[in-house]
Amino acid sequence: MTHTSNTAMAEPRDESLPWADEDAKRPVKVSIRHLYKIFGDDPKAALEKVREGMGKPELLEAENHVLGLSDINVDIRDGEITVIMGLSGSGKSTLIRHLNRLIEPTAGEILFNGDDILNWNEGQLRELRRKNMSMVFQKFALLPHRTVTENAAMALHTRGFARSEYEEEATRWLDRVGLGGYGEQYPHQLSGGMQQRVGIARALASNSEIMLMDEAFSALDPLIRTDMQDLLLELQAELHKTVVFITHDLDEALKLADHLVILKDGAVVQQGEPQHILLNPNDPYIEDFVADINRARVLRVRSVMTRGKPSGEDFAGDVDQNENLESVIARAEGAMDKRYRVTRDGKPVGTLDMKAIMKALVPRKVEG
Amino acid sequence: MATYDGLFDALGLRAWCDQGADSGPMSMADLLAKTKGDKAAEISAWDLPFPSLDALHKACSAIPQSRDLTQGLETGFLGIRDALRVVIDPLSQPLSWMLQDMLWLMTQTPWWIVMPVLFAITWFVTRSWKIVGFIAVMLGLLAFVDHYHEAMQTLAIIFVCAFVCVLLGVPIGIAMSRNDKLQRFVIPILDMLQTLPPFVYLIPLIFLFSVTEPKLYGIAIILYAIVPVVRLTDLGIRLVDKDVIEAADAFGMTNRQKLFGVQIPLALPNIMAGVNQTIMMSLAMVVIASLVSAPGLGVLVLRGIRNLELGVGLVAGFGIVVLAIALDRVTKASLARIDASQASR
Ligand SMILES: Nc1ncnc2c1ncn2[C@@H]1O[C@H](COP(=O)(O)OP(=O)(O)O)[C@@H](O)[C@H]1O
Ligand SMILES: [Mg+2]
Repeated sequence: MTHTSNTAMAEPRDESLPWADEDAKRPVKVSIRHLYKIFGDDPKAALEKVREGMGKPELLEAENHVLGLSDINVDIRDGEITVIMGLSGSGKSTLIRHLNRLIEPTAGEILFNGDDILNWNEGQLRELRRKNMSMVFQKFALLPHRTVTENAAMALHTRGFARSEYEEEATRWLDRVGLGGYGEQYPHQLSGGMQQRVGIARALASNSEIMLMDEAFSALDPLIRTDMQDLLLELQAELHKTVVFITHDLDEALKLADHLVILKDGAVVQQGEPQHILLNPNDPYIEDFVADINRARVLRVRSVMTRGKPSGEDFAGDVDQNENLESVIARAEGAMDKRYRVTRDGKPVGTLDMKAIMKALVPRKVEG
Repeated sequence: MATYDGLFDALGLRAWCDQGADSGPMSMADLLAKTKGDKAAEISAWDLPFPSLDALHKACSAIPQSRDLTQGLETGFLGIRDALRVVIDPLSQPLSWMLQDMLWLMTQTPWWIVMPVLFAITWFVTRSWKIVGFIAVMLGLLAFVDHYHEAMQTLAIIFVCAFVCVLLGVPIGIAMSRNDKLQRFVIPILDMLQTLPPFVYLIPLIFLFSVTEPKLYGIAIILYAIVPVVRLTDLGIRLVDKDVIEAADAFGMTNRQKLFGVQIPLALPNIMAGVNQTIMMSLAMVVIASLVSAPGLGVLVLRGIRNLELGVGLVAGFGIVVLAIALDRVTKASLARIDASQASR
């Protein structure tokens, strides 16, 4: 199924596929286990302190080491968009650079298809970067002295293909991201949004199954940013890549994420289904994040409905489980006493009380 | 009596001082001083000499004179000279051959071949007919006042020396950019080469090689002119956008692919700026090097100074200015061409 830009928010895609059932999990592609990264002269010694419970500010104060990442455990599932969110300095870039080992960890494991890439040698790692993982950067990082086509074909060129061999593939992906006809231009002749399209085409042309995107849209104007998010969702519906997407913007995170990981001071504070985090924040830090969100537009019927076979007759009508609350409220014309039957693909799966909607619209406070 | 006699007496060193007394030959100044008699004792505080080697020697003959120092250096240098030559001679011999061949090529080939070739090179690096026309006028002017031969000699030397500078300097710069330790080691050497007046390092070179060998002035010019291309290559590669380097790593480029595909192309504007400066400094040095038998326009300038032939000196000087402008224009234009193709940064 495809998405229209204003309703496409946080939901598992490919509903037609067998694993589309919400409870069935897709296989894990990359698994991060007990990952630590400490910047400084003697990270091993500092690691002991961190394992004993020392936090980021104390470590900086007492040991003059920066705690980059602390005991990270994340499963990145095949075909999903995993969004890592956090304020600037929370360790997002550090984390994503561990996945292709641009940064060496202090301790931990990174399992790619079950194999710890920390044991890999340089040659294996190069193969991984050339064939399995591609990257899109915040500041685009295109080669300024190469044309758009040559940039898009960077991975293929690096692998040793000649221009005649890669040109068609690169042009195809440039067309796909909406840059048909720009192939002979140089990056500086394009606008920011178009440059990032080249960045995406470059990642796609490598034909890797994993795409790492470090704040890929953060440098773009809001409107262009929305376009790019839609482009990514559209491509994702078609290609089913495993995407790791970094952002500091909750709206973007909620729009894109299948799985949301929230980082603070180098540690994961909460991770899970974005709707679930929105309704059940477990930390004041996350409450601050979600406070300004338009919840009616972000939350879906399925997140607030009562599951189980609908009983009784007094339904005001049917709503699809993937509709957002805003549209249900509009349909109810503000009435508080209505009840709806929730359907998925036309089959009833639960009931929705307008009261439940009202409750969900008020952010829940963490006790204490 | 010398001024510092009292000092040595007080320190009880008198016996040590007089051991080797009167062994060295006397200088003229000493003899003059002798004939004036022992008035030194009456020296007032106002005239107190600095306790230099010579002053102390007067009081204590065991202390060497300054001229012993210079002489010692000279014999020391002559002592290691042969050993040095064994190493440096074969290494630098190709430079002599290159200089000789290039001089022969550019002066013996008829002007109606050399000049079009130079114009073609100019066109090739600048792609600008305006500059080619400018060079044609400048060279024509020099040839018209019969300085063609000398100008070609000067150009030949500059071409060879700048070529060697780039050949050595760019790899050194690249190595420096990749290794902080090497950079810390090389930068003081570059600083020294740049601050030393060129006359100063002509001196050991003259001892090392005979004045008839072209490599003598070749080495002097290269030492002087290599500094900017090394510095700017190092700087240029270090200044390449970190994000772009990271992207190269993230897409699995090898170090080689990164160096030749990303770092050098992106550092090229800086490297070319270094080449421009290197060429200009070669020109400056080739004039000074005429003191040690470098042929060309510098010889005429030198003749103008030595023989007070004002006209000869002025015309040759004008020729050097013309060459300087021409070389600068050409290298700047090719630099601008490279910059234009990378205007994004
Ligand atoms: N090379 C480094 N040396 C020291 N500290 C670093 C280095 N790289 C990152 N850090 C620190 O690690 C923390 C996380 O940085 P980063 O991953 O860039 O954050 P984010 O991408 O979330 O803004 C920051 O406190 C930063 O100062
Ligand atoms: Mg970052």
